[in-house]
Amino acid sequence: MKEKSKLNQFTAHDLSGLIKDKKIESADILSSIEGRIKDIDPGIKAYVRREDSSSNTPQSEPALKNGILQGIPVSLKDNICTKGNNTECCSMILKGFKPPYNATVVKRLIDAGARILGLKCNMDEFAFGSSTENSSFGPTCNPWDRQRVVGGSSGGCAAAVAADEAVIALGSDTGGSIRQPASFCGVVGLKPTYGRVSRFGLIAFASSLDQIGPITKDVRDAAVALKVIAGLDALDSTSLNLPVPDYTKSLGNDIKGIRIGIPREYFVEGIDEEVKKVVLTAVDKLRDLGARVSQISLPHTEYAVPVYYIIATAEASSNLARFDGVQYGLRVEDKEGIPGNRLINMYKATRGQGFGQEAKRRIILGTYVLSYGYYEAYYLRAQKVRTLIKQDFDRAFDSLDCIITPTSPTVAFKLGERVKDPLKMYLSDIYTISANLAGIPAISIPCGFSKENLPVGMQILAKSFNEEMLFRVAYTYEQNTDWHLRKPMIG
Amino acid sequence: MYESVIGLEVHVQLNTATKLFCGCSTEFGSQPNSQACEICLGLPGCLPVLNQKAFVYALKVAMALGCRIREFTKFDRKNYFYPDLPKNYQISQYDLPLAEEGFLDIDINGRSKRVNIKRVHLEEDAGKLIHSQGSSLVDLNRTGIPLLEIVSSPDINSSQEAYEYLNSLKQIIQYLGVSSCDMEKGILRCDANISIKKKEDSKLGTKTELKNMNSFRGVRDALDFEIKRQLKLLESKESIAQETRLWDEEKQMTYPMRTKEEAQDYRYFPEPDLPPFTIDSKMQEEIRKTIPELPQQKMKRFREDWGVPAGRANILASSIELADFSEKCFNLYAKAENITNWICGPLLSEMNNRKQDINQINITPKNFVDLIIFFDQGKLSNLNTKNALAAMIDSGKEPGIIIQEKNLSQISDSVKLDEIVSQVIKDNPKSVNDYLQGKENAVMFLVGQVMRKSKSKANPKMVREILLKKLKKA
Repeated sequence: MKEKSKLNQFTAHDLSGLIKDKKIESADILSSIEGRIKDIDPGIKAYVRREDSSSNTPQSEPALKNGILQGIPVSLKDNICTKGNNTECCSMILKGFKPPYNATVVKRLIDAGARILGLKCNMDEFAFGSSTENSSFGPTCNPWDRQRVVGGSSGGCAAAVAADEAVIALGSDTGGSIRQPASFCGVVGLKPTYGRVSRFGLIAFASSLDQIGPITKDVRDAAVALKVIAGLDALDSTSLNLPVPDYTKSLGNDIKGIRIGIPREYFVEGIDEEVKKVVLTAVDKLRDLGARVSQISLPHTEYAVPVYYIIATAEASSNLARFDGVQYGLRVEDKEGIPGNRLINMYKATRGQGFGQEAKRRIILGTYVLSYGYYEAYYLRAQKVRTLIKQDFDRAFDSLDCIITPTSPTVAFKLGERVKDPLKMYLSDIYTISANLAGIPAISIPCGFSKENLPVGMQILAKSFNEEMLFRVAYTYEQNTDWHLRKPMIG
Repeated sequence: MYESVIGLEVHVQLNTATKLFCGCSTEFGSQPNSQACEICLGLPGCLPVLNQKAFVYALKVAMALGCRIREFTKFDRKNYFYPDLPKNYQISQYDLPLAEEGFLDIDINGRSKRVNIKRVHLEEDAGKLIHSQGSSLVDLNRTGIPLLEIVSSPDINSSQEAYEYLNSLKQIIQYLGVSSCDMEKGILRCDANISIKKKEDSKLGTKTELKNMNSFRGVRDALDFEIKRQLKLLESKESIAQETRLWDEEKQMTYPMRTKEEAQDYRYFPEPDLPPFTIDSKMQEEIRKTIPELPQQKMKRFREDWGVPAGRANILASSIELADFSEKCFNLYAKAENITNWICGPLLSEMNNRKQDINQINITPKNFVDLIIFFDQGKLSNLNTKNALAAMIDSGKEPGIIIQEKNLSQISDSVKLDEIVSQVIKDNPKSVNDYLQGKENAVMFLVGQVMRKSKSKANPKMVREILLKKLKKA
């Protein structure tokens, strides 16, 4: 192997082949990745740099000799717990928090021979955001255009994979947090079915919506990663006891007769004309490859965003209640002379300083929708509409194999452009939220570029626990296009 | 005529080996925070996993209380900030408790009264705060211990009824073997709602909530105090404040708890980390099969099948262990009345003296019954039967062996007895004279002397007969 310094550009499955053939060692990949991070990350900031530098070194020696991910480095979003290694959700309030346990996905990666990177990927604080601008470490820049956002909340993961600073990254997706940044960065992002992957060790945002998934350079890597992390976990009661198929077997170059639905509600006002054109061109390509494409309707689509912001914030307000300064993380002591209960004052001071603006906004919103007299009007009604949205999909999948939409209505927007307008920011997830509400799997794959050379993502959705369909369609598309091979110029 | 209207809210820790949502031990009295894992600590990323056993225990109690079991139930989060609650929410049950609409029949002066049970639900216990020297310490060993909440309807009309309700409830739960219900240790906790109204009024009065009672007696005393306090206010036409009051055991009075700034809004919503579950009829049947005969039925059967008087039946059924012991004895020896007398008298007093219950005390039903048979056959005097009982408990030996070893066998040999009686008559001329003068009591003394001389082994009935015969001759 001549150019070991370029190993960072390879996919995991290519690297696995090289390791198996003894052409390279795991350490070669790691040093290549580390070199790349050193070279370009100061300009991208995909990874967070903490004062505590001990947490920046790679974790875990490879366990097995012939694991599926033997010797492959994996990068993690800052909300996935690694034992003894800072996991802070890019929030001030969790500063210095070192979990005494590994997330189940981390355990499974290690068991499969993967090397867990000590550096963690940047994210919106507690995954609250769509641009990775709500991080206490500052924003990550888009490798395709550093004036632009990477999307979010798993923006650090997407940027790291796109900029070849990572081979595989695991993010989390509550309303599009894997798919939308993958789309903005021109990489593959998968949100598995709710219950497919254990949430143990994922610091919760909205428990009924959160799901961990891979961000990768191509579809095969996503299939390999999912196989490793999926399956029942005794530590997560919401994980399902269903067999985990070998997803790589779905990677055949054949979609003849596959029935694809295009929901008209996703191509109306608000969508960027360029994005629309690129995605519809991709659909044409799939038709050319033998798929049967039809227009469909998902009538409750317009309610997805409001329903999501009620349910997700309600759960978040409760999930984040534990960050109170009592046990761990930041504590701001009560100042002398302030009237009132010392304990309450400590709570207020800690949470006042520890949470960023968007976190506070969501906690307040979630507290409000659950409060006495409003619960029925907001939370309960939102749950009912959530069921309707789910039923839309159930009905659609009676006669369809998958549904295709744009991943986001626009390409990556400019840094700072939407910071002052939360509603506009919330709308960047308008196409991704429904999959979380319905619990179904969805993948975003690169399907073209805008005139300004910014990647456009295509989202494929299938029914629950049918990730195989996603891989089949996505892989076939990938085999017949080369968008995924384009790399951003970073200099 | 005023009437008090009382509802009780009881919390019972279930005695599962591990906690409700993690594998930590529930053992009482360990080093602070030695039984608190990351789930107890509420560390981020940790998730609850339901202890199936606690769930089954809860269902047992609900079934024993005649509740309707919900086929579909779920957990909810009760949100409030407090340092003994690491997640700042408690996993509890809100609108779909696992059981509703049960009842408990209590005995009030020989009459049965039904108290309805509103709901039974399962939740996690909170930790403990220890305040000392201006700082507060948190012990999370208790966090996550399964807690069963049992809420009665306001059907209780006196402190005595409340007391009986608690006793009956405790007895049932102990029969099920799912909790010790020890209130002094905080394993059972009880809050009471109480209001007073004129008997003829249908509208309820303003209620107060009583907390901080540490024993059943405390509950009774607190209610008595509160009834008097409220009556006094009503009679002087003062208004009763709706408030929470704390019982002060030492001062024997209630006082208002520091009022909260505003009413708590717990913002209940379904716990998303635990999927809802169904309790199908098959599961219900399986659990129902494991429920033993309960105290009420047991007492009834003791009365009807074995002719045990009501008061005695209550004693025998006071614990499932004693009831089982009694029943085993009955089955070995059908003279239930004799057995009952020996259990309620000498055996219980031995247990009290030794501070042991029937499980701890060293005697088998077989040995106990054999002892009673020796007595009934006249082979042992009453006193020596008691002595033998004590010796049996000390050693665990059979009564036959004890009698032999201690030479306790009753003397029913008339020749031998004749000898002793003659000697006693000879030694006590004054008493003989008293008797002959018409003092009947003197016989008792003389019998006593014979017993003493025989080391309590003489058959008292025969002694009396021989003595009277001889005295008549004198």
